[in-house]
Amino acid sequence: MLGGKEIRKMEKEKRKNQMGGFHADEKGYYGEFGGAFIPEMLYPNVEELRQHYLEIMYEDSFQKEFNQLLKDYVGRPSPLYFANRLSEKYNTRVYLKREDLNHTGAHKINNTIGQILVAKKLGKTRIIAETGAGQHGVATATVCALMGLKCIVYMGEKDIARQAPNVARMKMLGAEVRPALSGSKTLKDATNEAIRDWINNPVDTHYIIGSAIGPHPYPDMVTRFQSVISEEIKWQLKEKEGRENPDYIVACIGGGSNAAGTYHHFLDEPEVGIIAVEAAGKGVNTGESAATSALGKVGIIHGCKTMLMQTVDGQITEPYSISAGLDYPGVGPMHSHLYKSGRAEFYSATDDEAMTAGLELSQLEGIIPAIETGHAFAIFSHKKFKPDDIVVISLSGRGDKDLQTYIDYFKL
Amino acid sequence: MNRINQKLNSEGKLLSIYFTAGYPALNDTVKIIQDLEKNGVDMIEIGLPFSDPLADGPTIQESSTAALKNGMTSEELFNQLKDIRKTVRIPLIVMGYFNPMLQYGVEAFCKRCNDIGIDGIIMPDLPLDVYQAEYESIFKKYGLINVFLITPQTSNERIRQIDAASDGFIYMVSSASVTGSKSGFGNEQGRYFERIAGMELDNPQIVGFGIKDSETFQAATKDTKGAIIGSAFIKHLTKHGVEEIPSFITTIRP
Repeated sequence: MLGGKEIRKMEKEKRKNQMGGFHADEKGYYGEFGGAFIPEMLYPNVEELRQHYLEIMYEDSFQKEFNQLLKDYVGRPSPLYFANRLSEKYNTRVYLKREDLNHTGAHKINNTIGQILVAKKLGKTRIIAETGAGQHGVATATVCALMGLKCIVYMGEKDIARQAPNVARMKMLGAEVRPALSGSKTLKDATNEAIRDWINNPVDTHYIIGSAIGPHPYPDMVTRFQSVISEEIKWQLKEKEGRENPDYIVACIGGGSNAAGTYHHFLDEPEVGIIAVEAAGKGVNTGESAATSALGKVGIIHGCKTMLMQTVDGQITEPYSISAGLDYPGVGPMHSHLYKSGRAEFYSATDDEAMTAGLELSQLEGIIPAIETGHAFAIFSHKKFKPDDIVVISLSGRGDKDLQTYIDYFKL
Repeated sequence: MNRINQKLNSEGKLLSIYFTAGYPALNDTVKIIQDLEKNGVDMIEIGLPFSDPLADGPTIQESSTAALKNGMTSEELFNQLKDIRKTVRIPLIVMGYFNPMLQYGVEAFCKRCNDIGIDGIIMPDLPLDVYQAEYESIFKKYGLINVFLITPQTSNERIRQIDAASDGFIYMVSSASVTGSKSGFGNEQGRYFERIAGMELDNPQIVGFGIKDSETFQAATKDTKGAIIGSAFIKHLTKHGVEEIPSFITTIRP
């Protein structure tokens, strides 16, 4: 049963939703973006989730278990670390939100812990997931091991090759990794395969989407689970600086789950500048890029209306990025709305800029970031901050999985 | 009266064939349609290929990828079909995914269909509520019947909603699966077909997914108006080419 506090919290959330703004409304729209464009075969699954997710998530016992696991198993709160040498170099005040220190090495586990608990409440016994870099796959395999549920992870064949350590981790955790062999053989195709699996297994299976994409309620549910990031930043910054709001908050964006969680509590605080860094690949106009805001148009991908890279004829095009986690032709509907409404500033970083920024962070702060995360740190080559600005960067994941790519790139 | 409804009102069970436009070769579309009609097929779903066909199994995915590679687009398809009504009289339905239609412009797309003599549209990922809120009036303006899907998991309440929103037939997906992935029908399908027959819906039902031969066609049409064959026909085209269409149809309906 819901406690009084939770009901009030839900009511508050509901009012916020009705206000629209930068959060999902009741049908899952952020402005013109979002919704649920799904074939009828998926309707019962998605509808079951839509009807129950808020009620389940804000139940006392759920919140208790979720928070306990985040604390004792994931290791939250993740530190907010003042990056002294990086701040000195760019003559501003940089804080790093250390999601890389979470169990499994990235922010992805915040969402998989939440969704596995939802899946259990719904009585599901089989879990499927898609993964790009393998971080979400590992985070899903981890919580499935934790809860004793069967786990199948779809991963593009190309990504299986470039993220070998994560493939091995998933297998060791007891998951089955199934290669997606169609299309570009990356995240988009892995997502297609996971959706097909869900169509074939509608009753016993829950699909844990890892990014802030997909049909409603996924973008909203994933954002709410990831919003623990911005919730912590607020009180951590208050402790350190005596104020809850930074001047800027920066995150890299592929589908946009770490960004959604990092921005969440700041969306309605106009004094906080929101910055998104997409993957430009070899350059926005080279034809080998994943910079969706620059190259995309409104369309439908994986069940939601959002900005996506496509041909004039509406065929989804194959993106490119050195980072498997950002190699996606769309972006979450919330981010499309942040872009279109002007609430967020969008930048894009090339492979070279991201790799260089990753090396720089390693040598200035002793932290090797995931290549995805390296894109966020490339912001310093695009934007100059004032000396007294407080800039919080989401350090969304660690770079262990990317060592081979770093080795090849820098000839280490 | 729309050609689809005329056909639904006729005696007997209907055999409908789906194929991917632009496959095996870009310009096979018109020949395939003409040959299907000559061999007694009652209705045709012309598949507009999409890069990411979520509800389709490997056969239709591969034919879609090949068709796109061959150069098929919405505009190309409409150009190929511009004189189709000079030779073909059976109902023609365009089936695809919503994004290409959205990019073409929903109204422009419907208008082209109407100009050509297309009778209906099937867009599995255009949901009922969005269709009713934003597009129903456009479809109706251009005389296009929109066909909705139901599956074994669809609740009776939703089936009633879909029946009320339909003005042609209901596309009854035979099992919980993507296209082309199940072989034969078991007890579960039997119960599902009986349940739907028992609901006495206003719109007749045509079964799709998993129908591949005479046996499955018989089973699927026992309690329904007809059946749609897609993947099995595409496999036949892949193996035998466009010259052997008659031999496929005679195996379904001797």
